[in-house]
Amino acid sequence: MSVRERALAAAGRVRDPEMPMLTLADLGVLRGVDVERDPDGGEALVASITPTYTGCPALATMRDDLVHRLNDAGFARVRVRVVLDPPWSSDWISEHGRAALRAAGLSPPGPVRRPTGPLGLTLGPTRRAPACPRCGSAATRPISEFGATACKALYRCTDCLEPFEHVKEI
Amino acid sequence: MSDDLLNSDLGGVFDGLAGGGDSSQWAFGTGFEDPLAGVDTTVPDGVAGADLAAYCLMLGDDALVMSQRLSEWCSRAPDLEEDIALANTALDLLGQARLLLTRAAAADPGAVPALPEGSPVPGEDALAFFREAGEFRNVRLAEVPNGDFAHVVVRLLLFSVARLALLERLRASTDGVLAAVAAKGAKEVTYHRDWAGRWFLTLAQGTEESRRRLLAALDALWPLQSEMVTAHPLETSLAEAGVGVDPASVRGEVDAVLDQVLAVSGVDRPDRAPLAGIGGRTGRDGMHTEALSRMLAEMQVVARAHPGGRW
Repeated sequence: MSVRERALAAAGRVRDPEMPMLTLADLGVLRGVDVERDPDGGEALVASITPTYTGCPALATMRDDLVHRLNDAGFARVRVRVVLDPPWSSDWISEHGRAALRAAGLSPPGPVRRPTGPLGLTLGPTRRAPACPRCGSAATRPISEFGATACKALYRCTDCLEPFEHVKEI
Repeated sequence: MSDDLLNSDLGGVFDGLAGGGDSSQWAFGTGFEDPLAGVDTTVPDGVAGADLAAYCLMLGDDALVMSQRLSEWCSRAPDLEEDIALANTALDLLGQARLLLTRAAAADPGAVPALPEGSPVPGEDALAFFREAGEFRNVRLAEVPNGDFAHVVVRLLLFSVARLALLERLRASTDGVLAAVAAKGAKEVTYHRDWAGRWFLTLAQGTEESRRRLLAALDALWPLQSEMVTAHPLETSLAEAGVGVDPASVRGEVDAVLDQVLAVSGVDRPDRAPLAGIGGRTGRDGMHTEALSRMLAEMQVVARAHPGGRW
């Protein structure tokens, strides 16, 4: 296993601080790991991450967790680089990540549909029909498009009556 | 944690916590983070760093001041869901403001207020907390004091319709940072605009009282709307250089979206003239209503009391 592969495996195991059922790799936040040579001749490991939402306060924690985990894995010189382009999309959440969300009682995002043309304003409820992650029913209603973290909306199942969180399409 | 505890024989569970190292293990948010760490902030050809910085302050101050006003809603919304929606929106805009103010500081270090030597305060915080009201470049729509719930719905609708149209075009900026901030911000502001549009419709078609309040808020805020789609000379010149967007170029699109919301809601477009500037100067020139000074006094007081503070 190369240095890069070993580092990528270690970095990929770091978990999201807000949704710990997901690793940063599952979430699509970890964009890659590179080995760079510093001016002093030493090698530095550079992990690239991208924020889910611009103001997501979890980014600082992710950065610290990555540095500590890679230090623990034997990499002394670690830097974390923020990548803004291309912007994160919920489409990047892996199949493994989606299964982990469902297992934890969260509804994973559907495919992103970008509005076409300037009149993409949605005045009705957002057209998506998440299945209840608890009972599987399709009879669900939105409570709010904004939830406990920037990336989630609140729904309620009208069959089992349980509320649940839906990871938003973005 | 006492030394006795650290030195006691607890199987080494506290090893490594006491000495040296960074402080990030102690608490969330300890220390300062550069939100553009590792991002290329070279100023593109054909534009002066000072002009790019001033332009970033315009877009960044819009987001920062609006975020602060939305934050004032915390714990005051009609129900928990809307309280969280407003706080989420404030957080998104704060994130956009951080990137834009950091970009301004990188483009023109001379634009950053000077702080006592050795102060750990980064450029974005110096710009947010150590500028006077007259140095802020935000539109006045963002700064006027909050009113009732209808007021924040109308304000966010007028704000997000114009900001979204602008960000959609700014994705093509020749400045890589602005283009990236715009691409990301547009996705976020789409949710803000939908929220405000839905509530506008709900209040307009709700009860007699909700409609009365909505119309009053619309009447009060409408004179501030056109400032968002009126070009400042700096915006015009940066648009010509391919770095910025001329806000006048999105006026047609903004009007069309607002007309759509008004028509669905059964509300007439207000017949109110734009709020005049002073000697032609408006928010983009640093000419503000007196409400901004009072808002900043509260927002900046802790940072100004501790210019060498580390949080």
